[in-house]
Amino acid sequence: MPRMNSTGKLEELRKTILSKRDPNKPCIAVCSGAACQGLDNDRIIRAFEKEIVTQSLDKKVDIRATGCHGFCQKGPNVIIHPEEICYMEVTPEDVPEIVSETVMGKKVIERLIYTDPNTGEKAAHMSEVPFYKNQMRNLISDNPKIDPKSIDDYLAIGGYSALSKALFDMSPEQVLEEIKKANLRGRGGGGFPAGLKWETARNAPGEEKYVIVNGHEGLPGAFMDRAILTGNPHCVLEGLIIGAYAIGSHQGFIYTRHDAPQLLANVNTALAKAEEYGFLGENILGTGFNFNVEVHFDVGIFVSGESSALMRSIEGKNPEPRPKYIRTSVHGIWDRPSNLNNVETWSNVAQIINKGAEWYTSIGTERSKGTKLLSLSGNIANSGVVEVPFGTTLRQIVYDIGGGIPNEKKLKAVHLGGPMGGCVPESLIDTPLDFDEMSKLGAPIGAGDVLVLDEDTNMVDVTRFFLDFLSKESCGKCVPCREGLRQMLKIVTNISEGKGREGDIELLEEISEVMGAAALCSLGKTASDPLKSTLRYFRDEYEVNIQEKKHAA
Amino acid sequence: MDKDKIDQIISKHEGKAKNLIHALMEIQHENHWLPKDVLEKVSEKLGVPLSRVMQIVTFYKTFSLVPQGRHEVHVCMGTACHVRGAQQIIEKVEQLIGIRTGETNPDGKFSLERGSCLGCCSLGPEIVVDGRHHSRMTPDKVEEVLKSYD
Repeated sequence: MPRMNSTGKLEELRKTILSKRDPNKPCIAVCSGAACQGLDNDRIIRAFEKEIVTQSLDKKVDIRATGCHGFCQKGPNVIIHPEEICYMEVTPEDVPEIVSETVMGKKVIERLIYTDPNTGEKAAHMSEVPFYKNQMRNLISDNPKIDPKSIDDYLAIGGYSALSKALFDMSPEQVLEEIKKANLRGRGGGGFPAGLKWETARNAPGEEKYVIVNGHEGLPGAFMDRAILTGNPHCVLEGLIIGAYAIGSHQGFIYTRHDAPQLLANVNTALAKAEEYGFLGENILGTGFNFNVEVHFDVGIFVSGESSALMRSIEGKNPEPRPKYIRTSVHGIWDRPSNLNNVETWSNVAQIINKGAEWYTSIGTERSKGTKLLSLSGNIANSGVVEVPFGTTLRQIVYDIGGGIPNEKKLKAVHLGGPMGGCVPESLIDTPLDFDEMSKLGAPIGAGDVLVLDEDTNMVDVTRFFLDFLSKESCGKCVPCREGLRQMLKIVTNISEGKGREGDIELLEEISEVMGAAALCSLGKTASDPLKSTLRYFRDEYEVNIQEKKHAA
Repeated sequence: MDKDKIDQIISKHEGKAKNLIHALMEIQHENHWLPKDVLEKVSEKLGVPLSRVMQIVTFYKTFSLVPQGRHEVHVCMGTACHVRGAQQIIEKVEQLIGIRTGETNPDGKFSLERGSCLGCCSLGPEIVVDGRHHSRMTPDKVEEVLKSYD
């Protein structure tokens, strides 16, 4: 494949790819997301491969191992294109029937489609299954349509057209302006406007600048970023290259997990293919713009997802954060301007450039634009990766998409943002998903991990769990975090074991105030957020535990 | 221990101090633990003081300074697994294989680790043995799963 050196060549190639494809040709898309892999989806893929050979259909039917479809709870998931029939909990034994009945016979197999557990109503197509139809899947909807290892699949759905538009029709300033106008806010937790961050890095002094994809995703209960990075790596990469062009960077980094072989393989393939096709390397698409990307890994500590810590790790050092007043956009990796955004933030860039800021700002609430990817987990009927427009209420997420609470239990609270987040009690679940609204409730959206808790959950125990997690993940550099977490964990553990004393709650509040003011990085500053939030809404549980010497677990 | 493979990894990164974490990670993946002589060699070939190598390997949780068992058992203790009963699962695993987190049993059969979240929350509570996921565990199912490894 010769590197493409103009937008004309790219469009020519796209035409050639599309001309060889028949949109009506049946395609079996088998989900290879983390959860479906855990459910042995490879046996399903092998069974399909064998079956289409047995039925002599290998020229007539395509099989595609795709990224995460989203409905993890019902895996292994299989979607039959072009009709988009969704089969769930598929076993290898179902495969011959699916091929002859559905792929060839165009008939739906009733037992494999979604059945509403309450009404018994069945739904065969993606557009009818409540879990999918109540979402707005602007980003993740491409996952079932492409093989993440195939750059041609990405080009066939319009991939890299935003990059070509940015490079040929827009100046770096115009790209920056568009992202600012779209009010794209950082999806990693802070909600800081990406455009402003880009601008700071662009205007920072220095020739050498860096752009970074934060694909660390170390929060327990967060799995949406890996769904995109594993399932559609080119989408993230395209956003990164556009960002580099706007900022004036020639070197990018992808920082991700070391323990996800599929993710690593897909990212490496994407980088190699992008370079081969002329989207990376020297003289990208013949424009004279140069950009390269390196992959770096977290090898097992949560704090290395914090931006300044992550940058130390890329330098090959211990991931110890620096104080917040040193801005990484100006003094980042090797003290050079470094712009870091989360996987999901980067994956929004291409659609903003393609469809424009006006389209983008028509989705969402006044101050939170676009869609948000969420990982829905805990005591919920439908765990999985969900994408909704900002403004969707937590009630819609838990009930319309999540299918409610299993085992006939009642909802107690929804916890957002993991160990540095907070909870929203059942009485407030009509609150719309919005960066600022959720922060006001003491439960910032964070990265988008939504943990649903049923009536049996003891909130003191949940807090103890988060403190235990953080005390093991703190880097130990600053005293407020290292010692504060240890002491808070000790006190909360005592309370949860029925050994709490009068005055413990006040002491916890005092420690959390000191940590919030004095810790170096956001891990320490927000480590007491779950505690503060559970004290705000469920203070009585702490008091009862202390007074009655009750055991929480 | 495959000395040639480890030497290959080290020479690939020779002279590149900034590749320290990469080199150590690759050796850990290959050998499952980091012997002292290997760390000394990494220090010498990459040009990084041994004290800094030790700082890195004792900081990150992935690195092991002791040999691992034939089977590596990870019990997910993430939030979603926690609210679905991971505590009972880890207790059962500890009781069955007779060791605690971070240990390897004397006959070298199992090593036990806790994962903070393995990213498959819909499968929880789950355990992962040698990279293979065993989903929606109950204490009884754990016994069955562990028996299948020898």
